[in-house]
Amino acid sequence: MSALFYIFSAVMLVFGVLVVVNRNPVSSALSLVVSFLGLAALFITLNAYFIGVIQILVYTGAVMVLFLFIIMLLDIKTEQRRELNYVALGGGVVVILALVSQLAILLAGFVPGKQKLSVLPDDAAVHQDVKRVGEAVFTDFNFHLQLLGILLLIATIGVVVLSRRQGRADESGE
Amino acid sequence: MMPSLNEYLMVSGLLFAIGFAGVLMRRNIIIIFMCLEMMLSAANLSLVAFWRFGSGNGMPAEGYEAQVLVFFVIAVAAAEVAVGLAIIVALFRARCTVHVDDLNSMKG
Repeated sequence: MSALFYIFSAVMLVFGVLVVVNRNPVSSALSLVVSFLGLAALFITLNAYFIGVIQILVYTGAVMVLFLFIIMLLDIKTEQRRELNYVALGGGVVVILALVSQLAILLAGFVPGKQKLSVLPDDAAVHQDVKRVGEAVFTDFNFHLQLLGILLLIATIGVVVLSRRQGRADESGE
Repeated sequence: MMPSLNEYLMVSGLLFAIGFAGVLMRRNIIIIFMCLEMMLSAANLSLVAFWRFGSGNGMPAEGYEAQVLVFFVIAVAAAEVAVGLAIIVALFRARCTVHVDDLNSMKG
């Protein structure tokens, strides 16, 4: 169990670094897919099966296909050869080191965080994860779910409006 | 030997830091957008970790509010990606670049 945790964490973090390091946007996107697969595995080690499956379906399935589609559509090969911006690079490294060291110091003194993951009994409610989440979403959070539906509808309309060809808007009177 | 809550939080923080580094260092707007997704997912990981250790002694919390929240975050992130990529496409049509240093004036 612990070995799996370290393996999937390493996969997630290494491919996360590759997303930033790769010069080619397509390799970045594919690295992000692998990174998200590692993250989904971590969700499953936390007994959040539903979230793990949703992570794979929504992120590595839908969202990353959308990213790859846009990268292919824009044909940005000419953008690859740019010299590095060393100010941004140095600033980024400093900020990241500050963030990570701060977090490490904070977690060293975080006593509730020392508890280990315990093995759940076979009849634990968590094993009916999808049922429980579904009950919560459709009863307690029903209103929020409907709001989410409206949000997705607005996003869909927004995308259609944004991706209309500029030319046609100009022809129709602007 | 099972992993502890601190290890999950540290991994989540590292993923967030990598995403943040990407946002600061990369100049390609699509990569910046991918790194934003990575930061959102890192936040989701720490939410689920806190849920899983919620009752103490390594047992999960009673309620499922945390997972519902993560579900909503993922759904909103999906909508955000759709709108963001549409904006990037519109920007590319107007300026023919995805390099943020070239996008330094607001009036197109």
